[in-house]
Amino acid sequence: MTYIPISPKERDAMLETVGVKSLDDLFEAVPAKHRFPMLNLPAALTEMEAMQELSNLAQANENVRTDLISFLGAGMYNHYIPSVVDHILRRGEFYTAYTPYQPEISQGTLQAIFEYQSLMAALTGMDVSNASHYDGATATAEAVSLAYAQFRGKRKKVIVSPTLHPQYRAVIRTYVQGMELELAGDDPNTSLDSQPDELANLIDDNTSLLVVQYPDFFGRVYDYTKLIEAAHARGALVCVVANPTALALFKTPGSMGADIVVGDGQPLGIPMWYGGPSVGFFTTRKSFVHKMAGRLVGETVDNRGQRSYVLTLTAREQHIKRERATSNICTNQGLIALGTAVYLSLLGKKGLRQVAELCYQKAHYAAQQLSKIDGMGLCFSEPFFHEFALCVNRPVAEVNAHLLDHGILGGYDLGQDYPALKDHMLIAVTEMNSKEDIDTLVHVLSEVSHD
Amino acid sequence: MNAPASLKYTKSDEWFDPATGAMGITDYAQSQLSDIVFVEILVDEGDTVDVGKAIASVESVKASAEIYASAGGKVSAVNKGLSDKPETLNSDPYGEGWMVKVEGGAAGDVMDSSAYEKYCEERSH
Repeated sequence: MTYIPISPKERDAMLETVGVKSLDDLFEAVPAKHRFPMLNLPAALTEMEAMQELSNLAQANENVRTDLISFLGAGMYNHYIPSVVDHILRRGEFYTAYTPYQPEISQGTLQAIFEYQSLMAALTGMDVSNASHYDGATATAEAVSLAYAQFRGKRKKVIVSPTLHPQYRAVIRTYVQGMELELAGDDPNTSLDSQPDELANLIDDNTSLLVVQYPDFFGRVYDYTKLIEAAHARGALVCVVANPTALALFKTPGSMGADIVVGDGQPLGIPMWYGGPSVGFFTTRKSFVHKMAGRLVGETVDNRGQRSYVLTLTAREQHIKRERATSNICTNQGLIALGTAVYLSLLGKKGLRQVAELCYQKAHYAAQQLSKIDGMGLCFSEPFFHEFALCVNRPVAEVNAHLLDHGILGGYDLGQDYPALKDHMLIAVTEMNSKEDIDTLVHVLSEVSHD
Repeated sequence: MNAPASLKYTKSDEWFDPATGAMGITDYAQSQLSDIVFVEILVDEGDTVDVGKAIASVESVKASAEIYASAGGKVSAVNKGLSDKPETLNSDPYGEGWMVKVEGGAAGDVMDSSAYEKYCEERSH
């Protein structure tokens, strides 16, 4: 296949059609001095020299695989990724810029999406999953759109827990601009000691949706069953934003009665990269499937009775339903969703639970050791998963600079989002952190506290 | 194609029963949409609807359509059972497939059954 898009003959035919004699005539409108400006570039490098130059630049980066011990989470987590994930993602059949949905040519892609959907529905305890969204934050915002559409715009209040990820709340605020929706609860100055059940006081007959996070932004695990019952009693829907790894260990939001369960799929075999790209999962109950945004793959049989896969319920999507559709989002993150499906199928139910248990145990060991340091302490006493808020009693930026000198990527600075949590950092611990890593963190932080 | 003589019809393929105030979609409309998989009634009992206002949204396997009020008035009943059995619109569009009933209102620009049959025939050529 030639990479030259047109032959001279084709070019001449096109020039004749538009009525110019030569390519130069075509560009006559561009002043001559701007047509071929001197760029003053350095001499071209050979491949060998270019490779050397690029490796030197790449080595200026520090990464969590070989250079740094990481305790940074806050939405993106450092988990082990089996090498098979990458091998499958790099297969040419999947590695395309655009997901091909035509069932005649794309049974592999469609089956992969179907498997992904089935895994997500099982993990969250819900009936149905779409083919995915961009990331956890946009999936959460789509839940707001679903609730808005479900009540046909008649219920104008959305309650957002203050312990939902601050960036997710920001994305929701962006999405609802112009929708005449009122956001309640979205106040970083709310007392963080208050219990989630207190959010029930905000629910009224004008409430379409309540959004809570599980575990919450500070890693705390709550059973939302009663809160969800309270919302349902007023006719409102509830969206639970969940960490998928935690779902292997704790009660599913589906079993608590959630109407929508969303989250970021990054912990399931996707690298942290530089904060993305990621994948957002979106699951709901069958009764809301017609209001769900995004693609949906279903299983069927072809005209020979063989099992096959096809996009289904497409009439609800914007390319058919236009301005009456719930959302203008049809895109899915096909390749990254596939990565999470490969990861989950490799680990299996027991493997994922083991990962979650390791995270839980190591995080609890870290919390126990860190809380012994003079002048530091855990911020909350509730049960937590693999992340917790630590008071370091001095500016987090300072502490993190010191940690970085010792090869440690420190925790997330909570003061930037919650004024009451100035000098607090959010520490995440995963299976990737060895006991030695944790002991090193404790040791370096003890030095900081004695400075 | 079936169009009972007791009903009135709109150019956008809805029917209206002057005797009961019921309205829905015609046999022609359901056959054009093919298998209907989703119905959402967009008005509630007690609402006042004007002629031409969207009263329902219907999705079939291949298309999506809004259904408009063929008569104005106060909504006295909505067929809540339809959302669980959208296929009723295919099997019994003039009976169990009624969508909304209004009272005290007037029909908009409607035809009788013979005019509507002719109108459908013209479009199928």
